[in-house]
Amino acid sequence: MINWRTALLPPALAIVFAMLLSSVALLISGASPLEAFATMGAQLFEGNTAVSTVNLGIVYYLAGLAAAIGFQMNVFNIGVEGQYRFAAVVAAIVGGWMQLPPVLHVIAILLVAMFSGALYALLPALLKVYRGVSEVITTIMLNSIVFGIVAFLINPEQFGVLHGNNLSTVEIAPSGRIPGIPLGEAGTLFGFVVIAGALGYGYWFMLNRTRFGFELKASGESKTAAAAGGVSARKMTLAAMLLSGAVAGLVAMPELLGRDYVYAMTATQGYGFTGLAVALLGRNHPAGIAFGALLWAFLDRSAVSLESIGIPSEIATIMQGTIVLSVVVAYEIVRRADLAAEQRRVGRAGRNGQPANVAEGGAV
Amino acid sequence: MEKPDPTATTSKRRVPGWARGALWAVVAIGVLSTASYLTDMPILTSSGTSQTALRLGLPILLAALGGLWAERAGVMNIGLEGMMILGTWGSAWGAYHGGVWVGLAAGILFGLLGGLLHAVAVVTFNVNHIVSGVAINLLGLGVAKYLANLVFEPISGNPRESPSVEKFDTYSATFLSDWLAVLEDEQRVVLSDVAGLLRGLVTHISPLAMIALLLVPASYFVLWRTRFGLRLRSCGESPVAAESLGVNVYLHKYIAVAASGGFAGMGGASLVLLQGGADYLENQVNGRGYIGLAAMIFGNYRPGGLLGGAALFGYADGLQLSGGGAAVLALCYGAVLLLAVIVILQLIRRHWWAAAGGVAGAVVLYWIYWTNDELPSDLIPYTPHFVTIVVLAVAAQRLRVPKAIGKQYRRGEDS
Repeated sequence: MINWRTALLPPALAIVFAMLLSSVALLISGASPLEAFATMGAQLFEGNTAVSTVNLGIVYYLAGLAAAIGFQMNVFNIGVEGQYRFAAVVAAIVGGWMQLPPVLHVIAILLVAMFSGALYALLPALLKVYRGVSEVITTIMLNSIVFGIVAFLINPEQFGVLHGNNLSTVEIAPSGRIPGIPLGEAGTLFGFVVIAGALGYGYWFMLNRTRFGFELKASGESKTAAAAGGVSARKMTLAAMLLSGAVAGLVAMPELLGRDYVYAMTATQGYGFTGLAVALLGRNHPAGIAFGALLWAFLDRSAVSLESIGIPSEIATIMQGTIVLSVVVAYEIVRRADLAAEQRRVGRAGRNGQPANVAEGGAV
Repeated sequence: MEKPDPTATTSKRRVPGWARGALWAVVAIGVLSTASYLTDMPILTSSGTSQTALRLGLPILLAALGGLWAERAGVMNIGLEGMMILGTWGSAWGAYHGGVWVGLAAGILFGLLGGLLHAVAVVTFNVNHIVSGVAINLLGLGVAKYLANLVFEPISGNPRESPSVEKFDTYSATFLSDWLAVLEDEQRVVLSDVAGLLRGLVTHISPLAMIALLLVPASYFVLWRTRFGLRLRSCGESPVAAESLGVNVYLHKYIAVAASGGFAGMGGASLVLLQGGADYLENQVNGRGYIGLAAMIFGNYRPGGLLGGAALFGYADGLQLSGGGAAVLALCYGAVLLLAVIVILQLIRRHWWAAAGGVAGAVVLYWIYWTNDELPSDLIPYTPHFVTIVVLAVAAQRLRVPKAIGKQYRRGEDS
């Protein structure tokens, strides 16, 4: 049963609170909040901003799904960041080297990306399961190390080539690209949107309609209870971590196969951390994650237009941080309010409208 | 967190903690001096390396102390990173306006504010500890960037950097330092190595370093030898029991997390206010908060242990900075020696599998040392990160984690 009030009210509250807080910050810095918000809204209808927002949203959506799979099993895969960058650079190198017919080429690149993402998640998973090392710390370390690995692999001595001033991998042949969906004036939508939608459905289906998904959720809720039901928590942790890593491997693919065709030193970073925030915002529900991803992409894009009217673009980052924190706080407040309302309702119903006395379990 | 290995708690511990620490220090120095002699890399134990190690280890040490306070009260603090970032901005701002000590105070204050925010989210609103920590890291970064843009940009002309600020003066124990320098230059086995390492620790020391080092025994005293500390730790072990004995769990958690933020802010200040460090610079914290947390876990949630952890990571960082790839290779060689010691220990204790694992690790490391003349220069800056993972993998099994860590607690509800 979905309780719409508990599902939708908290994000709305959080967004309002974030707007209030950033208004204060804007006022302090001497800018007009109204002007800022108007600019943020208006930029959506200019040029190709709307489509590029959706394109960015697709990337965030994938990152959010990857993080959400971990969350379901109570595993904090902060390593989405490292996993997607590792997968991107490996997939770009392999994709540039391979010569295959059109569709096969794309599939091969995607498989390589998923495999490398899972591989980069394997070490923290094994350490967590067999050595009890917190996955949070190992994945954070691996997130830093991936900078070195990317630099090492893109180095001309290994697999890189110099494009102008920029080091990058070899370009992927046209057979390995995913064509975009042209929308005329508004720009080109990543063709990957179809795959992302399918993944979202697959995620929902896996969690709610398969035995594996049930075991995963059960094990995440209570390891001991699941173990009593014959579900090995170790196996589930490993599976969640590797699945999460495999999905993380796809995060950079929309841009790699739909726009850039090479992975460069200067490729954008930080999608993984965004994914965590987006998954939190969407409460691990595929539709919620989509909403969170679009909101995040919108805020990121509006930073650019804010800069152009002389407002520090960091206000977007502050809004993002505030939203994450206030959304979790808001969920808790609404949950408590619901709980209290429920108790009152039950108390009244049980005694024909009279509140229960203390001996019967009522309030003091 | 996994349950600690039950055999660890039942095994007799005959050697007191300080003696074990001293023993490990002796082993470490022995291994390093042997390695530096055999690989002909005096930089492994030079005074320059240990001086850099101290400077780079300080932020990690302070972050680890911050982690200790929070986690002992049962609150996970991934947000150390964000609090450190707030501390760097605060200290640069304070130091620019009022000198180093004001800078230090401002850094602590800013970190403390971050800690309070974490406490509000985690203690009052029962938000998942890691979620709140991640949010604080985002927020800390955003706020610091925003404030830098607002305040520093008009002065320095660069939104990513503060104007140059005053740094702490440094002091040396002159006679001792000179004498140790003579010893170090003689290049005698072991003796010169010890002299080199010691000399780095008594030359050009800032007051901040002294304070930070003193905070380790101070934290031990407060947390383990006072009534307040006992109560604080009881909140991390069993908040329900603590509450039933009249301890104000919420208050103690608030104090602990705020203190944690203060330490982290001080760690941020130590990045800005030490000689040889940069002024406020975007992304200068660069994961040190997390490494501090790792150092604390490595140190088994104890002050002495985390000092060892911070020294280890500071050393690895200092070595790669001053020695580059060749020095890191020599460190691999040292690790092989250390593993040999550990394997012998495990064999004596009849832990066959652990010994086998140690042998395997040693073979891999020796193979790396033997087949490479030079490590890829792109990967060398990440030496401390590799060391963290390896060390956690080796060390994590005997941890004694506070029992109620990361658990949500509400007054009057059974957990």
